[in-house]
Amino acid sequence: MLKSALKATILFALIAVTAYLAFYYAPIEKSMGVIQKIFYLHISCAFSAFVAFGTCFYANLRYVFTRAPKSDWLAVSAAEVGLAFISVVLITGPIWAHPVWGIWWTWDARLTLTFVLGLLYVSYLLLRSMIEEPDKRALFSALFGIFAFLDVPLVYFSIRWWRTQHPQPVILGGPGSGLEPRMRVSYLLMWGALTGLLILLLSARYKLEALRASVDDLRREAEVR
Amino acid sequence: MKNLDSVLAAYLAGWAIFFVYYISVAQRMSTLREEIERLKAQLTKGK
Repeated sequence: MLKSALKATILFALIAVTAYLAFYYAPIEKSMGVIQKIFYLHISCAFSAFVAFGTCFYANLRYVFTRAPKSDWLAVSAAEVGLAFISVVLITGPIWAHPVWGIWWTWDARLTLTFVLGLLYVSYLLLRSMIEEPDKRALFSALFGIFAFLDVPLVYFSIRWWRTQHPQPVILGGPGSGLEPRMRVSYLLMWGALTGLLILLLSARYKLEALRASVDDLRREAEVR
Repeated sequence: MKNLDSVLAAYLAGWAIFFVYYISVAQRMSTLREEIERLKAQLTKGK
């Protein structure tokens, strides 16, 4: 318990340092001004959400082929953590958009597909809560989770495939794209810190699922007696 | 600085979501640990 509290404290300190870098070390962007500072949190959370949903996809595939309960535990943990990250993306995006675009939201391809991504993983968690039989719940949600992940590449490539209100890619966007060196350092450190947070949340959520399985086993044992 | 309040709001909202989520996971874990202790005590009593 003390060890995990220490880990959490170190991680939150690291995130505070990276936020400080984003505010004071990275320069202010010329055209958007200080509002562009949201970029460091917004993009890092989006990539971390993709990593979480990718983990969920892998665990779901693994469950379909092996029927190992641990894969199901990992899948639900990653889905829930990914949902936390994508919620941050969906909240910080409009706060950034309002002063820059003059609107909070528009139904363009990138924004709509990201919103749908959030809804898909909410549905995944709802589906799980509606099925009581554990094996059936794990299999149905694994199949749904595999389907839900199809939206991730659509979100990523939407700004490359279609004309959108959302800006074109700055990272890995081809010739002419890229970040100023101090911005790149701040962004990479923020992403590193948030990846640490992702691992911390994922491992805590996985332990929760393991505890839930222990409770189920003990309940069954108590019922038999 | 123009829009600084929006930047602060975005960062605060982000950290709040993670903090609340972490607390919710910790609370659920604590409830389950208590349930495990209760069930173990119940099973030991039944032996």
